[in-house]
Amino acid sequence: MALRRREFLAGSALLLLSGSSSRSALLSDQLPWYPDAGSPPVPARPGPWLYFTADEARAVEALADRIIPADPQTPGGKDSDCAVFVDRQLAGHYGRDEGHYLRPPFMSGTKQQGPQSAKGPAQDYRDGLAALEKYCQAKYSGKRFPDLTADDQDTVLKGLESGEAKLDPTDGESFFKQVLKDIQAGFFADPLYGGNRDMVAWKMIGYPGARYNYLDWIERHNERYPLPPVGITGSPAWSQKT
Amino acid sequence: MSRKLPKKDVVIIGLGWTGSIIANELTDEGLDVIAIERGPWRDTPTDFPVNYMQDELRYHIRHELFLRPDQTTFTFRNKMTQTALPIRTWGAFMPPNGVGGGGVHWNAETWRFLPSDFVLRTHLTERYGAAFLPDDMTIQDWGVTYADLEPHYDQFEYLCGTSGTTGNLNGQIQAGGNPFEGPRSRPYPNPPQKQGFGHTLYGKAAQELGYKPFPQPSGNMSQAYTNPLGLRMGQCTYCGFCEWFGCGNYSKASPQTTILPVLIRKSNFSVRDNAEVTRINLDRSGKRATGVTFVDTSGEEWEQPADLVILSAFSVFNVQLLLLSKIGQPYDPVANTGVVGRNFTHQTMSTVDGFFDKSKFNFNPFIASGAIGMVIDEFNGDNFDHGSLGFVGGGYLAYGQTNGRPITTTPVPPDTPKWGAKWKQAVRDNYLSTVSGADVHGSMYSYRDVYLDLDSTYKDRFGRPLMRMTIDFHDNELKAAAYLTDKLDQIIKAMGASQTHKKPRKGPYDITTYQTTHLNGGAIMGADPKTSAINRYLQSWDVPNLFVMGASAFPQNAGYNPTGTVAALAFWSAAAIRGQYLKNPGPLVDA
Amino acid sequence: MRSIVVMMLAAVVPWLAATAPGLAASSDGQAFEQIQKGQYLATAADCFSCHAQREGGKPFAGGRPIETPFGNITAPNITPDNETGIGAWTDDQFVRAVREGVGRDDSRLYPAMPYTNYTKMSRDDVLAILAYLKTIQPVHNAMRSNTLPFPFNIRAAMRVWDSLYFTPGDFKPDPKQSTVWNRGAFLVEGPGHCAACHTPKNFLGGDKTDARLGGGKLQGWFAPDITGDTREGLGSWSEAEIATYLKTGHNGATAATGPMAEEVLNSTSKLNDADRMAMATYLKSLPSHSDQAAPTPAGRQVMAAGQAIYHDECSACHGLEGKGTAQLFPALAHSSIAQASDPTTAIRLVLRGARSVATKDEPTAPGMPSFGWQLNDAQVAAVLTYVGNTWNNAAVPVTAGQVKQARKSLSTRNE
Repeated sequence: MALRRREFLAGSALLLLSGSSSRSALLSDQLPWYPDAGSPPVPARPGPWLYFTADEARAVEALADRIIPADPQTPGGKDSDCAVFVDRQLAGHYGRDEGHYLRPPFMSGTKQQGPQSAKGPAQDYRDGLAALEKYCQAKYSGKRFPDLTADDQDTVLKGLESGEAKLDPTDGESFFKQVLKDIQAGFFADPLYGGNRDMVAWKMIGYPGARYNYLDWIERHNERYPLPPVGITGSPAWSQKT
Repeated sequence: MSRKLPKKDVVIIGLGWTGSIIANELTDEGLDVIAIERGPWRDTPTDFPVNYMQDELRYHIRHELFLRPDQTTFTFRNKMTQTALPIRTWGAFMPPNGVGGGGVHWNAETWRFLPSDFVLRTHLTERYGAAFLPDDMTIQDWGVTYADLEPHYDQFEYLCGTSGTTGNLNGQIQAGGNPFEGPRSRPYPNPPQKQGFGHTLYGKAAQELGYKPFPQPSGNMSQAYTNPLGLRMGQCTYCGFCEWFGCGNYSKASPQTTILPVLIRKSNFSVRDNAEVTRINLDRSGKRATGVTFVDTSGEEWEQPADLVILSAFSVFNVQLLLLSKIGQPYDPVANTGVVGRNFTHQTMSTVDGFFDKSKFNFNPFIASGAIGMVIDEFNGDNFDHGSLGFVGGGYLAYGQTNGRPITTTPVPPDTPKWGAKWKQAVRDNYLSTVSGADVHGSMYSYRDVYLDLDSTYKDRFGRPLMRMTIDFHDNELKAAAYLTDKLDQIIKAMGASQTHKKPRKGPYDITTYQTTHLNGGAIMGADPKTSAINRYLQSWDVPNLFVMGASAFPQNAGYNPTGTVAALAFWSAAAIRGQYLKNPGPLVDA
Repeated sequence: MRSIVVMMLAAVVPWLAATAPGLAASSDGQAFEQIQKGQYLATAADCFSCHAQREGGKPFAGGRPIETPFGNITAPNITPDNETGIGAWTDDQFVRAVREGVGRDDSRLYPAMPYTNYTKMSRDDVLAILAYLKTIQPVHNAMRSNTLPFPFNIRAAMRVWDSLYFTPGDFKPDPKQSTVWNRGAFLVEGPGHCAACHTPKNFLGGDKTDARLGGGKLQGWFAPDITGDTREGLGSWSEAEIATYLKTGHNGATAATGPMAEEVLNSTSKLNDADRMAMATYLKSLPSHSDQAAPTPAGRQVMAAGQAIYHDECSACHGLEGKGTAQLFPALAHSSIAQASDPTTAIRLVLRGARSVATKDEPTAPGMPSFGWQLNDAQVAAVLTYVGNTWNNAAVPVTAGQVKQARKSLSTRNE
């Protein structure tokens, strides 16, 4: 990105600060432009787990399936690839907490003051999943979370949600909150990020996706929008049927 | 240590709405102007193109277009007795970054404040008596009137192509508009936007309840428009990716669509991006600014000398730069002295969700624009009698659902679990048939213990102290929120909702949940240098060749979105600089 | 016959003199008028675009490589510097270079310098340009030699080329046409050198005379047909719309991008309204060369895919009905680029995006984003085929192979 931006700036009327290696540029005369402008998203690739260990991945898939259980019309969290989404996110800048303010001191404050952890989501998952496994093994005679019955899994999650089930040393309540947020985001995010496989979540609710023009429908009050969803990288309708 | 660049007539700190407006006005005057912007250059086809801007995860959840807290943030506490902690990731508001500033990612709700808002203390005291106001409430008059600003509201609306229905044309109330608005000298430049099913139902229900609903004034174009600078805008296509996003098809008013293409062509204008101003430099007397010091992305320090300094960063950063540059006396809430940091405010937002029978209602919530919707203004400002209510202030009541983006806008009835099969079924059942986020856009008045100062513990990457926000809701605002939310709930019920979920704003003020990005005050305007940092022309009382733009000038916040007023003040200030200051540089008001 | 020509010229000349209204004559009225006329003709001839570096170069100081199918040719310094520019040139030397393509040292110039068109300017016209150039700041800038491959690096070979493709001689007005038409013909065929881009070239780089202004390929673009052809050319625009386009780079139908953006910026936007109308009058009168049978209809599958892509990706700006927004987003219905026999420009716009020109009258300069990262070759072909064959458009279907080829050839271009 930095390189490309330099190229782009070099193509427009501007001066870089002399004697500095800075990206800071002086722009004047015309709106900068270069071919292939922009920084399009990089789609998540299928393939092995990038962040999770096999055990962690199995646990997150099981969590995803309880948070979003499969039903006859729509796949569950696992089959809609929510765990893949979380894995790719944790392997990227989200996992590393990039861009967040990470200077010390770290002190705990009120709920209104927001999270004050130094760790970042990737480490939170590593610690949280280990703590969850320890908790389940202790409570369910050595069984891991994915091996529990659905009812037992729900019991564990309800315990975490209410704060009654204590993980050690992780704060189970906030870990569960984070998992819930990420799995649901993976279910509804654009499929390019690895979740929401085949746009199943969008089809489930009737969301037509990454569109940019509803001029023909804004005044079709109380009528269902007719077109199927489209992702940023397209839809089956973009290719010729063979 | 810092290297000196050639002197300019004017240096502008921050190229958002106000920086762009001032730059355009002062270059028209023939002055040589440079703008220094902390973030990157941004433009429609290169940075918010139609083919990947509609990405909720990237732009909303992950905050792509916004300032990184890593670059700088604030510390926050509710009470003076607490220890403030840093905001490590944004929540309650989203400080902008980059050319265009908040004008890139706003919803484009383009409001004027009420005439009484500008003379608030005088008005309320006359109507209810001084004893009616809480002791620690520090509201004051602005030093400008609605009549002063009217031509400049008009200037901004024509610049933007604001789409709306006129309610008061030169004192004549017009059918279909807001009967409470101050008189306008001209109608809106564009007719109102089209409305969706839900918005239309809300308008009907409000009317049946005896209110006077009107379309929200919108900077999303109802039709193609050419502004007075000759810039072309397209018709809004109701994509539902407005707030948090840049507009890809030139249909939302922003510095990019309404000013910058003209500004950049002027030989007496340039902008330096990715460069953060770290202080305003003063001469030995401390009464004259000599320019600014900024740091580039390599950490090198540069000095940009100039005769006139325009501070037009985001409100809180305006206050920070004043404090770090030692301009004006810092506010001390204990001694009740000083001005810089005083009268900090935000907004008091409340919402109501309405759940409808899915076999009868389909709202297609994803078909929307940032400033779509219908509004009533009966409960704003002092449009209603507060005598028996025990609070002052108010807000508009709107149903202006801006999107159906599914990560954040999949509301379920309040008794639904947050996950599992029941949650999933509820999401499926309610997505298309729910009215979500009908809102009370509530005012927040100022108090002695709500303020900004420099934090003594946390520093930014240059080692400068972060700004510390001390802010909480007071009873007055919470009472207003409860009252207004009930009124809104009645309208949503009248639309035919089978169930509603009322969410009046409750204390304490919480940094983790989004309200609006309308942070105001801290460098307020006024008639008296003892209680204001800048005079009625936004000129620093202490350093007359420094003007401070933006919502930091608001003595308190009204029940509207601030951009219209922020921009009108910028035009008003620019007119004073062009008409008075340049002829005789010095204080425009005697202290 | 000769007397008619003289009469025609007599009608044209006062018009030239009237190109600088409102300027008082200086004490040396003769020189002033000549310099004014020269400055205007240099603008019409767009000397600036080639004889200056694109970024930060001094005007007319040369140094810009002109891309030709046979290699790059470096435009020389034409400031009045005695050593490296034209300061020491005689009138005859300058006139010969501009009108006959013969250099000061008797070498033949490459026709990247459009002397094949400039020859239509009279000796007086060219001397006026010289008079103007002599008033600008001399710049000392020695030029590097050209880099064409054999045999084009032998300038003597150009002698042969000239004998085949170069007809020297002044512009001859057509007495059967109006004064306006003749003025337009002079500007288009002479200084404007529209043919340099818009006339297709044969394998030696000579004009295909049977397809004059019928559209040509250059620098990775297809300069469209600018005859009166209603589908591929300018036939569906009024004269006023053509003139508006030349003035502002935008009109109700389209926007100038690529090399035409530069041409509008440096040349046509600076001409006077009467001259732009004259050019429009002439261009619109040119007969269509298009004798192709109706293009083969595209397959239903391709059209369905193209329609879906168009609706999802293009309609937010170009409109659900392909009508665009006047002066902002080009209309694709009736678009000559969408229906061009050569889809080079259309493919390039989709793959790489484009910025339209900013002019004083139309400063918006809207841009189109790049879709090359998003659409595969078949999808680009489908959407262009759809656009070329909807709303009464008709065009030969674009193939994935053409898109693939364009991607490859564009990958080395960074302009």
